[in-house]
Parts: sequence; structure tokens; C-alpha cells
Amino acid sequence: MDQSVYGFILRHSKKEQIVLLVMTVISYPFLYFSYDLPKQIINHITAVDGLKNGGSGKPYLEQELIGLFTMEHVPYLFALCAIFFVLVLINGGFKYFINVFKGQLGERMLRRMRYELYSRILRFPLPQFKKVSAGELIPMVTAEVEPLGGFIGDAFVQPIFQGGLLIVPLFFIFNQDVFLGLAAVMMYPVQGYVIPKLQRKVNALGKRRVRAVRRLSDRIGETINGLQEIHANDTSTLERAEFSDRLGLIYSIRYRIYALKFATKFLINAIDKMTPFFFYTIGGYLVIEGQVNIGALVAVIAAQKDLASPAKELLAYYQQKEDIRIKYEQVIGQFDPPGIMDIAKQEEEPSEVGPLKGELELSNLSYAEDDGVRLIDNATAKMPLDKRIAVVGDGSSGKDELAMILDGLLTPTGGRATIGGAVIADLPETVTGRRMAFVSQGAQVFSASVRDNLLYGLKHRPQRDVLEGEALEERRYVAAESTRSGNSPLDIQSDWIDYEAAGVDGPAALTARMIEVLRSVTMEHDVYQMGLRGSIDAASRPDVAEAILKARKAFRERMDENAELAALVEPFDVARYNTNATVAENLLFGTPVDETFAEASLATNAYVLEVLEKAELTKDLLESGRQMAQTMVELFSGLPPGHEFFDQFSFISSEDLPEFQTLLGRVNKTGLDELDGEDRARLLSLPFMLIPARHRLGLIDEAMEGKILAARKLFAEGLPEALQGAIEFLDAERYAGAATIQDNILFGKAVYGQAGGAERIGEAITELLDALDLRGAVMEVGLEFNAGIGGSRLSGAQRQKIAIARGLIKRPDILIIDQATAILDGQTQSSIMSNLLEMYSEGGLIWFLHRPSLAQSFDHVVVMKAGRVAEDGSYADLSGDDTALKALIEAE
Amino acid sequence: MSLNEEVELLRQIPLFSNVEPAKLKLLAFTSERVTFGPGQMMVQQGDIGDAAYIIIEGDADILIDTPDGPIKVATVGRNAIIGEIAILCDVPRTATVQAKTQLITLRITKDLFFRLVNEFPQMAVEIMRELARRLERTTAQLQAAMSQSGGK
Repeated sequence: MDQSVYGFILRHSKKEQIVLLVMTVISYPFLYFSYDLPKQIINHITAVDGLKNGGSGKPYLEQELIGLFTMEHVPYLFALCAIFFVLVLINGGFKYFINVFKGQLGERMLRRMRYELYSRILRFPLPQFKKVSAGELIPMVTAEVEPLGGFIGDAFVQPIFQGGLLIVPLFFIFNQDVFLGLAAVMMYPVQGYVIPKLQRKVNALGKRRVRAVRRLSDRIGETINGLQEIHANDTSTLERAEFSDRLGLIYSIRYRIYALKFATKFLINAIDKMTPFFFYTIGGYLVIEGQVNIGALVAVIAAQKDLASPAKELLAYYQQKEDIRIKYEQVIGQFDPPGIMDIAKQEEEPSEVGPLKGELELSNLSYAEDDGVRLIDNATAKMPLDKRIAVVGDGSSGKDELAMILDGLLTPTGGRATIGGAVIADLPETVTGRRMAFVSQGAQVFSASVRDNLLYGLKHRPQRDVLEGEALEERRYVAAESTRSGNSPLDIQSDWIDYEAAGVDGPAALTARMIEVLRSVTMEHDVYQMGLRGSIDAASRPDVAEAILKARKAFRERMDENAELAALVEPFDVARYNTNATVAENLLFGTPVDETFAEASLATNAYVLEVLEKAELTKDLLESGRQMAQTMVELFSGLPPGHEFFDQFSFISSEDLPEFQTLLGRVNKTGLDELDGEDRARLLSLPFMLIPARHRLGLIDEAMEGKILAARKLFAEGLPEALQGAIEFLDAERYAGAATIQDNILFGKAVYGQAGGAERIGEAITELLDALDLRGAVMEVGLEFNAGIGGSRLSGAQRQKIAIARGLIKRPDILIIDQATAILDGQTQSSIMSNLLEMYSEGGLIWFLHRPSLAQSFDHVVVMKAGRVAEDGSYADLSGDDTALKALIEAE
Repeated sequence: MSLNEEVELLRQIPLFSNVEPAKLKLLAFTSERVTFGPGQMMVQQGDIGDAAYIIIEGDADILIDTPDGPIKVATVGRNAIIGEIAILCDVPRTATVQAKTQLITLRITKDLFFRLVNEFPQMAVEIMRELARRLERTTAQLQAAMSQSGGK
């Protein structure tokens, strides 16, 4: 990247800068005329006015306009005004054009800059991230370069434009009198000396400020990552103090910057005021001496006023320029680490991505960290790739680094590793990333669906355009704009999936392939469960919705046949009260779409209250609410506030409990009828949460059930049109888009307290879905399950499994597993291992084992010790008495 | 059966008989009511237990594994407490319990039980007292059972 910001600007926007300059220069005469014209208009009016009042002079009856037309004074006035108006429009037009052009140019350059920085992060050698943290890099790409955009449009135009504005009056002054001219510029050398000096101090502080702010954001990042430790060690006070310290540092730097900046301003203002002082003294003297006439002096003093504004602008420009220069240099310095990858290794399509085969050879391979410690030290070995290889060694054996070197993720500092003669470190990512797969122990799962995570390794280049017609045209325009900023023009919406790499011919086969791969990492069942808990949009998948409805019917039939199953589920029936659902659910008999009918807002919803009143339920519910409040106070008031029982079991939070206590006191005194609206809403909110079968409070008797059913009917029938979108009523014949697939099949509530109920329902559903051949559809929904930020919605084991599956799906020639199954339980681990061993029976599997004894199932074993290959050969060869392998196994 | 009846039931169980009713109510409210169908296993000998059950309604068979297969040693009914050892200490289930009829129980998890005992120490004292009595009785029962099976 260019070392100076001007270099960067010139390289990428020379043409645009010239356009801006030309436009600015062209705009000058118009600007000049628009200043000049008012004077002419006033002159004209005063002259005509003078003529009317009997003044003497040339009769202004006729006037020439631009030497072409002759007209009377009134039309002449109008003509002048019209020209003035047109000039105002032209000037406005210029301003508009120039500003928009500048803005566009600035944004393009900013976009280019950010893209370049991001692209560089993608090429950083991995060890670089031991030195620089995400917390520092992120603000550089986002916030720190931001002011650059505003500056770039002004970079050349501003000094030239303002310089021009400065030179014109100066020229005028010199023209009047050389001494006066000298007086006007006399202070410039002083300014030229003092200002940069002060600015240098500001610059140094500015650099420190940038670094301090970076460290601050790094600190915030670290705090968020280490929050668990902070809580566990009671160090929040320490952290706060540390943060305060950092903020204090930034404060003191900024304070000094302000002080210096305004000191500069003060100085400049003082110096500026010196100039009139010279005018009055030198000019006055010259006038008295008769060397200059008084008119010239007045004109010069007027011209001097015009100097102030451009001078101020130039200074502001200078300060901004310095600020930007520092920011640019400070950012660039961080983005050019030694060993940054050549972009061709990522971007250039290799002529042929042939299979990697032959022998894997390490010759005097060494890897040292920055501190010179050799983690791999002259390792030499030959590994036949037609065998399944296990690499074992303890924590300091260098096997972790070896794994990364073999995948080309680390560059060796000495010697080399080759595959079939090709040096791995020289292979472009376009080869290693497609022909090899690498799965580490803490594999990253992206914040996307399971499906997208699985297919991640198949998306190297866009394969097919999905757009056509108008959308394609629009896309071309967007791509052209990207190219103008040096950005990638490739369309992220295209189909990037390389089906061929996965060994399939299209989307349908790919899904089958994904399921197959998931099965080999024992993740199929997990994804199936995700599918049952997932939901679909009935409009976009009418086939699945219809099939699920069929499953719902079939499930009901099974319940009719099987009394045991029937005891586990209480179906929804519009004419029956469901004791396993909340009172709210029973009343609404539907799923609230938004907050209008959410459980927490029912007690204050005017329409709900109206329905309750009509169904004569209000009093009953208030009484239930009173009893519930009483029970809660009785049960939970002995517990300390914030006890976990409140969250888990209580209808009333620990904060609200005292309020309910006093409320109950009022109720006992005055009775329920006298309560005000707020108290009533409070009590009324409780019974809505009640699930009779679960809570066993005995509050909802048969009479009340009947009333609630009546209210259900009233609610649905009288629902005002405006509220109809707020609820999706339960309908046995319709798919409920807001509910999960499982709930859609059940169309009821699991009965509380049935031993093993959930499992038995799950089994019945699975059986049913298999019988209806719907398993695939559910799996597809499961594949859409969103993994959450960093895969946080998946368990650690699931993340590892997905990472392995992601490696498998691209059918790599060489699969490197770096202790990726270490966190899985023994049984899962061994089934995944045996699946993979079978899959790679022809070789191409290199497994860095966390437990040496597992090496038994592999064809070839490499034992690492203290950075060297201590021994290698078949497991049988190495299981003698004195082998390093034996020692490792014994130490296990 | 409502919460208050469950409290009455808990009071009839020696382990809880001296515990304040209000605390028993909290125990009952926070515990789950679990129903077993006839023949369904409640606990399996050798498993790690995480809950005790109090039978509200129905009968259950207690079986002990022997080299010759499981032997039924007793049938218990309403008010019986099953697996209470598991919520007091970490030992595997000492017997298998199987529902004989439709069986309604109150499931008291170990976790919940300990949190209650932590919160209300007087509850612990009452339970300790009962346990001391139980220890003596159980030992005697066990000896009797051993001499009986030895005599066969």
C-alpha cells in the first residue's frame, strides 16, 4: 500500500482530482460575476434614482446590455436581476455538482481503503494474530479510516481553491503598493514557522491518542471474552479501575490536544490582527508622506479583509491534513506485516487443480516463533499418502504446528514439507483450500445456518448466476461500481456451491450428501431434532406444510388406536378446555403474532378485558389471582430476594413480591370490588400464566373452564378487524407458521408429569414421519437451523462435528484432523474415527491424535518428540519395548 | 389432588413429618407430579439416582437383581417414599422399582431438595433426626433380610 495518503489518493483518483480542479476553475468566473452583479444593480438603481431627483448625468433612459441589446432602464433592471438569478442557479449547480462529486469520490476511496485493509487481514500470516488483536483491527477498518472519505475530495482542490482566493487580493494589494503588500505578508513567515511547530506537538499527541483508543477497544474486547473469569474472580472493580485509568489517559491526551489546537488558533488570530496594525502604521505613514493616496489605502484595507477567510480555511485544511496523514500512517503501519501472503495465492485460478498424491515428505523442517524458540526442529520423515497416518506426540512435540504446516496454514521457517514433490508452503490457497481439509480442535462455526456452515468449503468462486433480466442489469451496475472502488465485483447472491467438488450433480443430491456426511459424524439425529424444533413458512413450502398436516392427522389416528399415546398428549379442541395449556392459551386459542396478545399484556388489553367482562369471568379470575398471590407470598416470602426459585417456579418476581403483599392487605380490607385499575391488572395478570395440570393449585374448576370456553368463543367472534393480524387462531386444518413442526404435528400439549413422556412422544413422531417419508423434509428444516454467533446455539461437540462434516463434504485428497474429536465422548469419538478410517481406506487421512493409544487403528504412525520425528512406521513396528510410542502410551 | 392434599401426604411421611407445613408446601409446589403406567420402570438398580418419589396413588413393586434374575422383595403403595437414599447421598440405586398399577407420584429432585435444605436449616435438623432413626431400623431390616436369604 502507498506509504503516504497523497500517494494513495493520487494513484487511485488522479482523473477525478483533475475533474474537480477543472470544475472549480470553471466555476470561478460565475462566482465572480455573481459577486459583481449586485454592485451593478445598486449602481443602476441609485443612478436612476439620482436622475429622477433632478441630479445630473447621463440620462439612463436607455442602457446597453452586454453590448448587444439596448433597452430602457426598467427592463434593464429586470434583465440584470434575471441574470443574477440565473447566476445564483449556476453557482448552486456547480456547488451541487462539485459536492456530490467530492462525496462520491470520498466514499469510493473509503470503500477501496476498507476493502484493501480487510483483504490484507485475509492475507495476514496466522502468527500475526498473536501480536495484534481483533479489538485493535476492527476500529482501524471501521472508525479510524472514516474521516479519510471526507478529506479525499478536498485533498487537492481545497488548497488550490483557497490559495487562489488568497492570491487575488494579495496581488491587488501589491499592485497598489509594494510596501503595503509586504506589510500584508510580513507575518506569513512567522506563521509558517510557528504553526508547523505547534502542529508537530499536536501530531505526536494525535498518534498517542490513536494508540490509546486502540488499546481501549482491545481492552473492551478482552473484557467481553473474559467476562466469565471476571465474574468468577470478583474482579469487576479491578477492571473498572483499569478502564478508568485508560480513559484518564485518553482524556489527558485529548485535553492537551485541545489546549494546543486552540493555542494555535489564538496565535493565528493575534498574528492576523497584526496585519491591519502594519497597514495603519505603515500605510498611514505613507499617506502622510504623500507616497500613497488615501483611496488606495482604503481599498487595500478592504482587500485585506478578503484575506482572512481563505487564510483561515487554509489553516483548517492544514490541520485536517495532518490529522488524516497520521491516521493513515498509523493504520497502514499495522496492515503490512512481514510475511503477508501474495494475493495471487488466493485470487488466481490455478491452471489445473489436480489431485494431491504421492508422498508427503518433511525435509529438515523447522518452525520457530518470533522469540527464536524452535517448536519444530529439523524434522525429517517420509509418509506414504496411500496410507492412513496417525501423528502422536506430547504437548511440546510440535505436532500442533506440524498439522498447520501440512495444511499450508503456517509457513515453515526452515526446510520444507512437500506433497508429491510440490512444496506445500508454495501451493496457493486455491489448491490447498480445495484439495485438502483441515479440522482443528476449536473449529469455528459461523453465524449462519447449519447448511451454510456445511457448504462453506464448497464456495470458492461463484458457479452460476441466478439473476436474469432486469435484476441482472441492476447487478451489473452494482458490480461496475464495485470495480470502480477496486472492490470484488463478484455477486454474493450467485450460486457459489461447487456441486462437482462435492461429487453431486445438483441441489437435491447435495442435500442427500449432506445428510450422509452428517451421519458419518453422528450428527444426523441432532439435525433431525433441530428440524422438529424448527418452523417453516407455509407459503414458501406448501408441500412440506401439507405433509405435516397429514402427519398431524395420522398422529391423531394413532392416538385413537393407542391409549398409551393418547394419555401423553392433550389435543387442542376448540370445544374443550386444555388443562395442560395456560389459561391465556385456553382463552386465545391461538398464537399471538406480536405483543398485542402476548401473555404479559393480556391483563391490560382493552379488548380482552371487554371479553372477560362479557363472559362474566373478571371476578373469577380476580379471585384466582388473589389466591395465587396469597400462595406465592406464603411460599416464597421466606426466600432471599433473587433466589433462583423465583425465576423457576414463582408467578411473581422477587422484586414484585412486596407490592403484592401490600396489595393483598388492601384486598383483605376492602374486598376485590374496590380495587383500582392498576391493582386489578396486577392480580388479573397472574391467572393467565396458570397451567392447571402443572401447578395443581385447584383454582380452575369446571364452571370456570366453561366460562373460559365461552370467552374463547366471544373473543374469536368479536375480534375487531384491526386486531385480526395480531393472532393466528389454532385450526386443525391449517398449518401454523408461528409454531414448530413438532407442535404442528402434535396439535396439542404434552401432558405434564408423564414419566418418559417427551421421549415416547418423540419416538411416535419419528416413527410417523418415517412412515410418511417426511424425514428428509424435517432434516431440511434442521439444516436451516441457525448456529448462532460463533455457533453459540450449538454444543461444543456439535460444533466439532459440523467442522468435520464441513471438511468431509468437499471430498479432500488429504484430510487433516488436528485433535478435532478430543472434546467428544469416547463412544462418539470412536464411531466417528471408524467411519473416517473406512472412508479413507485408500489413504489420505492424517490424524493428529490427542491419545496415542488410538494410533492402533492407523496404517502408519509418526511419533513426534521435542520438535523432531522420533520414529515412524506401522503400529506393530513401533510397539516394541523401547519405543517413543510405547512411552507415550504408558504416560497416557 | 391439589397442592394442599399433597402437603398432607408429605406430612405423613416420617422423613418430613416434623418439617413446617409451609416448607412442605414449597417442596410440593416446586416438585413435579409424575405418572407411571403399569409395568413402567421408575428406578433401575445400579443407576445413579437424581430424585426420590412419593407415591400418591397406586402400587409399585420393589425388585432386587440376583444372579438368578430379579426377585420381588416388596410391594409399596400410597405414602411410600422411593429412592430417598439417592437424594441424600451419591450411591447407585439399591433396587429396581416398577409400577404395578397406574402410579401417581411426586418427584422430588436431589437438586431441589438440597436447595431447600440449604435455605431452611431447621428442615435439615428434622431430617437428620429422622434419618438417625431410619439408620437403626434399616440396619436391622437388612440384617434380618440377610439372615433370611442366608437361611434359604
